[in-house]
Amino acid sequence: MTNMLDQVFVLLKHRIVGLVPMPVQPILGAVLSVVAILAVFPGLFAISVLLERKGLGRMQNRIGPNRVGPLGVLQPVADGIKALIKEDLVPYSADHVVHFLAPVVLVVVVFMGYAVLPMGRNMTFVPMDAGLLFYFAMGASAELSIFMAGWSSRNKYSLLGAMRAVAQMISYEVPLLLSSVVIVMMTGSLSLDKIVEVQNQYTWGLPHWFVFTPMGFAAFVMFAIAATAETNRSPFDLPEGESELVAGYFTEYSGFKFAEFFLGEYVAMLSISGLGATLFLGGWSAPLEILNVVPSWFWFFAKIMVWICFYIWMRGTFPRLRQDQLMNFAWKFVLPMTLLNLLVAGLWRFMGEGWLRWVVCSAILLAAYVLGGRIGMRSKKFGPRSYRYAE
Amino acid sequence: MLGEGLLKGLGETARNFAGSFVSKERLTTVQYPEEREPLPEASRAFPFLVYDGADWEAGLRCVACQICEKECPPKCIYIEKSKDKKPDYVGKPQIYPAKFDIDISVCMSCQICVEVCPFEAIKMDNQFELATDDRFGGLLYDRKELARSNEYYHKIHPTEAAEVDARLAEEKAKAEEKAKAVAAAAAAKAAPAMAAKPAEGAQPQ
Amino acid sequence: MSESLLEAWNRPPTIEVDGEGELLEVAMGPHHPSTHGVFRMDVVLDGERVIKLKPVFGYLHRNHEQIGQTVGYLQMMPYTDRLDYFCSLTNNWAYALAVEKLVGQAVPERAEYIRVILAELTRIQNHASTIGFLTQEMGASGTPLMYAFREREKILDLFESLTGSRMMCNYMRFGGCRVDMTEAHLNAARKIVTGLPRFIDEFENLLTSNEILMARSQGMGVLKPDLAVNAGITGPMLRASGVNYDIRKVDHYGIYDRFSFRVPLGEHGDIYDRYMVRVLEMRESLKILEQALKDIPAGPFIDPKAKIRGFKPKPGEAYGRIEAPKGELGFYLISDGGTSPYRFRIRPPSFINLTVLEDMCIGQNVADVVVVFGSVDIVLGEVDR
Repeated sequence: MTNMLDQVFVLLKHRIVGLVPMPVQPILGAVLSVVAILAVFPGLFAISVLLERKGLGRMQNRIGPNRVGPLGVLQPVADGIKALIKEDLVPYSADHVVHFLAPVVLVVVVFMGYAVLPMGRNMTFVPMDAGLLFYFAMGASAELSIFMAGWSSRNKYSLLGAMRAVAQMISYEVPLLLSSVVIVMMTGSLSLDKIVEVQNQYTWGLPHWFVFTPMGFAAFVMFAIAATAETNRSPFDLPEGESELVAGYFTEYSGFKFAEFFLGEYVAMLSISGLGATLFLGGWSAPLEILNVVPSWFWFFAKIMVWICFYIWMRGTFPRLRQDQLMNFAWKFVLPMTLLNLLVAGLWRFMGEGWLRWVVCSAILLAAYVLGGRIGMRSKKFGPRSYRYAE
Repeated sequence: MLGEGLLKGLGETARNFAGSFVSKERLTTVQYPEEREPLPEASRAFPFLVYDGADWEAGLRCVACQICEKECPPKCIYIEKSKDKKPDYVGKPQIYPAKFDIDISVCMSCQICVEVCPFEAIKMDNQFELATDDRFGGLLYDRKELARSNEYYHKIHPTEAAEVDARLAEEKAKAEEKAKAVAAAAAAKAAPAMAAKPAEGAQPQ
Repeated sequence: MSESLLEAWNRPPTIEVDGEGELLEVAMGPHHPSTHGVFRMDVVLDGERVIKLKPVFGYLHRNHEQIGQTVGYLQMMPYTDRLDYFCSLTNNWAYALAVEKLVGQAVPERAEYIRVILAELTRIQNHASTIGFLTQEMGASGTPLMYAFREREKILDLFESLTGSRMMCNYMRFGGCRVDMTEAHLNAARKIVTGLPRFIDEFENLLTSNEILMARSQGMGVLKPDLAVNAGITGPMLRASGVNYDIRKVDHYGIYDRFSFRVPLGEHGDIYDRYMVRVLEMRESLKILEQALKDIPAGPFIDPKAKIRGFKPKPGEAYGRIEAPKGELGFYLISDGGTSPYRFRIRPPSFINLTVLEDMCIGQNVADVVVVFGSVDIVLGEVDR
């Protein structure tokens, strides 16, 4: 029964595909999967937008949207309708073709990433051997569309935003990749299915997730930081820094094109959360062995939503960094830490089983973090201050 | 220095997030058109003219002295005096405003007209939902639109209105007494033509 | 200016400057999310570094000084509300002080206490919202701002129940106040004052030790004390640069010499110091409030013999100044014996504090420009008057 529920989508797909003649079957199968992805993730996008607006509201002692539908649950629908019927303005001197293509490219590229994500047991669209590589290749292409948008708008704010975005995303691509390499080292595979399978084992009912190892945890933290920067989320939302650049690279977009950027941003967020969950949080595997009765796809989506909630929480709390600080942080702190993490992962591999490797690896990472952080803050003379008073 | 500050901040927002579900203190929104916070008594929006009795035109306390028109900082009041006279609340014949217009779009709710009025004739309303689609005429109130009954005044500013009423009643009593005394004196002197004159001195302050 | 519209559209976005190469010229404002209204900064950028910054004022000019010269003394009072619309009560006080000096009017004790209480409450709500706006400019998606507004709302509720209006109070009169602060109002004020320390703690928890805030604000937008003094900067900005100058201490206007409070001073003159000086000032204001609410005597709230309207002061001049939340707010009046002043001049702290904007921003990042701008604490109504 549980197995049946677990595989319900797979079985459904097989059943439908079985209805058509043999030669058409692969095509129909692909179409079905694409349709499923195109239906599920924009739906999740709507939910996360609503969650964000409600959650931010609650953090700020507000209620958040509550007018459309019961408790405001239909707000995303209203937003969608509004975006669709708004006039599509293109600046007179914009490069019309590129201006039109930019949001399309973004959305296409962002959805491509889902092809390799295992969303449940046997639920990977394209079980690729080099899945991780494919994912990063797709993720890197999003920069192209952002630059297209910024450049073609012929707006100074857009241009500045696009420049920032490209610099930031390229910089954080490096730690993003390097922190994932740790996982590749530990599993010996670039296939995301394989990575999940390795984590889907239990000792005393507890899972073997990589986040529970010292370098896995360090890699997880750095991956989370880099992923935030990669998706232009607060506190790294400089490309669209509202207070400085109005709306950054999509300043000149309106109506549905704007909605496409919005969609692209959130879908990218969902997909990178999915990748993070796959790499570090065991993908679709249950957090406890006894919880395996719950279908695997539920766990995958639950982990994504938890990740999204954390994003929202951060957005509600932090001010944003500045461009040069962001770059310094990427190249002078996160990157060295990921490199060190690679060495630690190697050490872990060669020290063999036992508690010693836990202590040594944790100590190295912790010391590096404390030292690096201290030196970094001190060199910039950042720190708490005391104040004097005049009577 | 290594992220403790960030964690502390996250804790603070989490506390507010959780608190918004349990405590009114952390969810201060009032859903305006459905729920309203009671306005404090002193709250003021735009001026209105007070009238006594049932007939607004007869009961208008304003005697068109034009002090408010002179003192209004943005000069949003326009008054035209009447040619004839009508009796005021004491019974004395007074000039009344033939025209009394306030341009609400110019008015800045400063309450100076209320402060300077010696007749307790103009008071502040607390009605603030005055949106109209007529930008000019819709916001130019004439004396009919400005007139509100004394009961209405009691409803929105009970303490202040009670004080005003007490004062007016006292003045009225004084005036009546004086008028009676004068009438008695006049009767004694048998000079009824003089009766109106002393009453003029009993003008309310 | 003979270029056609098409040429203007197709003009390259950069300008050529000798020796500097291609620079980007950005007009930030008057349409911009963080210019606090209608203010323009013409910024010349090299990459993201600011080479030149030209502030453009005057989009909200409303002829305040000319109005002051044409209307009577009392009639100007509601106009002063509209100068710095965040702190109308301190504006009222400064103006009342100037007129009282001009006509030689004394103020009863209770009225002085009421004025101090209201001014300090105004200061707290102004500082809290300023910090909220500052963090908003750093990109904190409004959370600190909403917390500040939550507390500000309580103070404004008190103002409304006392003066009848939340922001345009029009409360002070020459020789006192318009209405009395009853026991109920005082109790409401006491309740606010007891609740505020918790809010400031919460605020500081969220911000003071936040590494990102430190990184964004420490060492940024430094204002040297000598420049600050020479430019006539006043208020928390001057004190953040380490100059001990608080008109409450210097002038002893009102009854401020009766209260014990300290003046926090910064050391570096950067944005973080300006932020911290405001936080510490809020705490000091709370001390003043506690003392004032304890000591407030009974008595008249306005001098019963005071002339409120239609008076004609003797020819002469007077300058009344107070420590408004944003700095030294002064009103300068010259009377020629008529019902309205011959000359009416406002010394607006926001405007004068804004004059050093370029000095603080040159060489900084474009992202810092808005933060520096936010740390100055201005209200455009007062800058452009």
